[in-house]
Amino acid sequence: MSLTSPWRADFPGILALAAEGQTYLDSAATAQKPQAVLDALLGYLASGVANVHRAQHLPGERATRAFEATRSKAAQWLNAASSDEIIFTRGSTESLNLLAYGLEHLLQPGEQIVISALEHHANLLPWQQLAKRRNLELVVLPLDHTGSIDLQQAARLIGPRTRLLAVSQLSNVLGRWQPLAELLALARAQGAFSVVDGAQGAVHGRHDLQALGCDFYVCSSHKLYGPDGVGLLYGRREALGKLQHWQFGGEMVLDADYQSARFRPAPLGFEAGTPAISAVIALGAALDWLNGLDHTAVAHHEAALHAELLAGLQSRNGVRLLGEPQLALASFCVNGVHNADLAHLLSEQGIAVRAGHHCAMPLMKSLGLSGAIRVSLGLYNDSEDLRRFFSALDNALELLQ
Amino acid sequence: MSLPPAAQQALAAFSACPGWEQRARLLMQWGERLEPLRETERVDEHRVHGCESLVWLIAEQRGEHLHFRASSDARLLRGLLAVLLARVEGLPRAELASVDLVDWFNQLGLQRQLSPSRSNGLNAVLQRMRELAGS
Repeated sequence: MSLTSPWRADFPGILALAAEGQTYLDSAATAQKPQAVLDALLGYLASGVANVHRAQHLPGERATRAFEATRSKAAQWLNAASSDEIIFTRGSTESLNLLAYGLEHLLQPGEQIVISALEHHANLLPWQQLAKRRNLELVVLPLDHTGSIDLQQAARLIGPRTRLLAVSQLSNVLGRWQPLAELLALARAQGAFSVVDGAQGAVHGRHDLQALGCDFYVCSSHKLYGPDGVGLLYGRREALGKLQHWQFGGEMVLDADYQSARFRPAPLGFEAGTPAISAVIALGAALDWLNGLDHTAVAHHEAALHAELLAGLQSRNGVRLLGEPQLALASFCVNGVHNADLAHLLSEQGIAVRAGHHCAMPLMKSLGLSGAIRVSLGLYNDSEDLRRFFSALDNALELLQ
Repeated sequence: MSLPPAAQQALAAFSACPGWEQRARLLMQWGERLEPLRETERVDEHRVHGCESLVWLIAEQRGEHLHFRASSDARLLRGLLAVLLARVEGLPRAELASVDLVDWFNQLGLQRQLSPSRSNGLNAVLQRMRELAGS
């Protein structure tokens, strides 16, 4: 059965790329934007901009209202207890760096930060560097053969010295949901902070953060069909209250003298300087658009398309999947073929997939690979995209094998 | 400035190449022509960093000019290295520094391979050649 996406027509970018002969299968890197997001961006920029939270004038008030409306929408989207639990950042990477600095004062030499072997650099390097600054131990949870964090090992490794657990919800390389409920329970039992990197996971399905019960959750607008330059940092109220301020400047300050200052609490205390106002407002439009979708239909479409992708890859000689992907993406390499050669020939045929280490170098090294090809799907992709991909893959392998 | 003979040959072959498949085949054939590197030469000292594929580049002074040898673990990149080496072979140092290598890849129809992407090794190789020629 050939799958067509009922949402494809909402994405001028995907249609423009298709008209140019480009098949876009790299949504895990960044997603195309629906018309509603483009309209919101242009609408705000063309109707008179103003800075937020400062001015008394009408344009300032209008911008502030629209900006804060996105905060409420994001809080609803993630089922946060309050919109005060949502901090706007530049992206998941900045959110994680914010946490690594904001929590630094709570960690003592000899204590442990626990991450997993599948973390991409954004959820590895901030913790690695924090561990170096504070003389902490960075513990890496191993994976099982499917690409899930090994819970038995995790139960052994998460112990009384563990002060923080930071793990991905969905791997950007292995495409597997991670066993968050169990991992978070292990962290909670030790009184450790928990950070969930939702950069990939946020896009696939609705996540109830109160039910999940993590202290912090991060994701990025640009993967969520919204503009780039905006990230969301959710923090449970009590957890947010423990964060130290990390960037200083306008708007985050309560009172300043030449020699000292007092700062606002979250969220504004962690949003120094002028934020990405237009992008935040347009993220609101992306969330509205997502809210208007039939989520069951989206989930079915994504699952069916993913099954088609896996079946196609598995039916080809020499193709080796990384782990056992469950949704959204699949990474693979081909025996005897260099992934750079394959990437080269796929690009030549207008196939936009990701090749290389996917910003997860330690994971690749542990799998003994120099890199892999990743095909990732958005809700606008359809069977025809996969047909073009497989045809290009066959052509390329015919030359290279 | 006249083209070295191997470069003329490359230009004739690649500019007559209509599609991506022929271009890929030709690149792989050119890649086979690279002077092999000894195992002892495939070391970190000669690695060009900035490529996701492994690339080694070695320069030797031969009379008036620099002679380059290069290789990679990726086949198409070996082909790209071969047409790059063909263009600069036998040029005196001063001339080497002024060669427009971007223009060279444009002429061959291989300009896409010089995209500014981080994963593209060729820009790093060009950079390294210039450093070696300038020193």
